Amino acid sequence: MSTSEASSATEASPEVRVIKDATCTFCGCVCDDMDLTVVGNRITKAKNACVLGNSWFLNHHIEDRPEALIDGEPAGYEQAMDRAADILLAARFPLTYGLSDTTSEAQRVAVAITDWIGGIVDTTTSVCHGPSGIAFQGVGEVTCSLGEVKNRADYVIFWGGNPAESHPRHFTKFSLMPKGEFVPNGRKDRTAVLIDVRKTKSAKAADIFLQVKPRRDFELAWALRALAKGLELDASIEETTGIPLETLQQVMDGMKRAKFGVILFGMGVTMTRGKHLNSEAILALARDMNQHTRWNAKPMRGHGNVTGADNVVSWSTGFPFGVHLGSGFPRFNPGEFTAADVLARGEADAALIIASDPMSNFSQPARDHLATIPIVVLDPKLSDTARIAEVAFTVSTYGINTGGTVYRMDDVPIPLRPAFESPYKSDLEVLRGIESRIRQRQLADPASDA
Amino acid sequence: MAEPFILIPGRTSRQGTTLNEGKSTEGYLEEISSLQVAPEDMQRLELEEGDLVRVYNDVGSITVPCKAARGDELPPGILFISYGDKSSHLMGGDTQGCGMPDSKGLDVFLEVASGVVAGQSPGSREIAEDERAE
Repeated sequence: MSTSEASSATEASPEVRVIKDATCTFCGCVCDDMDLTVVGNRITKAKNACVLGNSWFLNHHIEDRPEALIDGEPAGYEQAMDRAADILLAARFPLTYGLSDTTSEAQRVAVAITDWIGGIVDTTTSVCHGPSGIAFQGVGEVTCSLGEVKNRADYVIFWGGNPAESHPRHFTKFSLMPKGEFVPNGRKDRTAVLIDVRKTKSAKAADIFLQVKPRRDFELAWALRALAKGLELDASIEETTGIPLETLQQVMDGMKRAKFGVILFGMGVTMTRGKHLNSEAILALARDMNQHTRWNAKPMRGHGNVTGADNVVSWSTGFPFGVHLGSGFPRFNPGEFTAADVLARGEADAALIIASDPMSNFSQPARDHLATIPIVVLDPKLSDTARIAEVAFTVSTYGINTGGTVYRMDDVPIPLRPAFESPYKSDLEVLRGIESRIRQRQLADPASDA
Repeated sequence: MAEPFILIPGRTSRQGTTLNEGKSTEGYLEEISSLQVAPEDMQRLELEEGDLVRVYNDVGSITVPCKAARGDELPPGILFISYGDKSSHLMGGDTQGCGMPDSKGLDVFLEVASGVVAGQSPGSREIAEDERAE
């Protein structure tokens, strides 16, 4: 981290500092070239940030809130950590969930806590690219880094995503505009295709827009696989997918001519009927294309460290999400051990929610059950989930107040360079406090260590 | 009379920026509570911007103001709403064994909301809470 003082602090004017090469954790791009102007405990300018990053940095200041709330009443950290340990130790089928907006160091401790209490650890991946995680296990992932995309990709397909609005710097930093070692003319050396149901803002950035019919992504990917293998398709494929056969053949011809192609696919693929089968079809298409030339497929990840959650849970348990640790060994079974399911079925009897707000975006049956069980929440903001929590910790914001490690959407770890200190503890500190209490009690009373 | 549509909840730039300002802010609540309708469907159903419509399926029901989608962004028969509390009222708990509920491409019905005056206070939480699964 390099920090330069722009001016000296006085009583009248707080210190102004510039944090060079800070890291934005709003989305999975994890841009690490931010220059933040910091006045006191507020970021006043975020140079190089996109519209989302700008909003992220300028709206995370220190709020005047208690360290924690217990049953809605202000409490200190020590008391709240005691209560959190009570809740988690008393549970028979506890769920740990969230983790996509915190550091990998904190994620690691959350997995450890779940292991000690014999619960389920699941992350927001399960309602994001969880289906792609299932697909990786089915057909594999022909993959590459965003650096390779920047320097090599001459044919880029965006599928089921709208990077112009969800990852605003992806085009300019990685996938379309940059001049790279093997694409020296930048955008002129690349062909861009957008596949989506909606003709979004991203369509303007593409050379070719394929407007696929809703819920026909699988059929489209399968048709392209057939064309990749040189099979003849019936013209009725247009009726099925919404795209004329001639157009599909033109796209396939371009894909085969490419030197380095990549399919970057979003949640339009994973959240739609078919889900992991849609992802499998796209991953298989990328694999098949390697019979002709170099092709890759990468999911476009949303939250700042959702990729880190996949990595940490994988290297801790052997599986990426939806892992049950109550049998003394990890068991992975999406649908059985994923948060949306154990909540909607009314199975979880307590929850530890870290950096996530399922009360605002889970299915109604899941929210209904979540509202009936004791939950412990760690969040910098008073989220809808924190409002109903038995214990709600106010924590510092990762990347802005807290250092650590996050993983970019292409699995590249990136260090955080915080801008200013927070009076609140980090997720890592709170989780360590909860973990130590759980262990002390389990060691003091081995019978409780079920 | 209700008509069948396919609803796509998704992310928008404004949702992302207002999210950082806070989920209780007027901007965020307005963004996640505005239903985009294809201009052709707006015309056919004689809807005007701000008119309240009821969107429902076998899971739940929401009443939200509608507006015409930009240009040709939405084909007829497709609705769009920013992903959030409102759209979640229409999401079922079944994940078909994969952990992911059907979150996009939802089969829904749309009808002009009866008993409410067009343009009245969109986006309040009370609307959603009053109209939980029927």
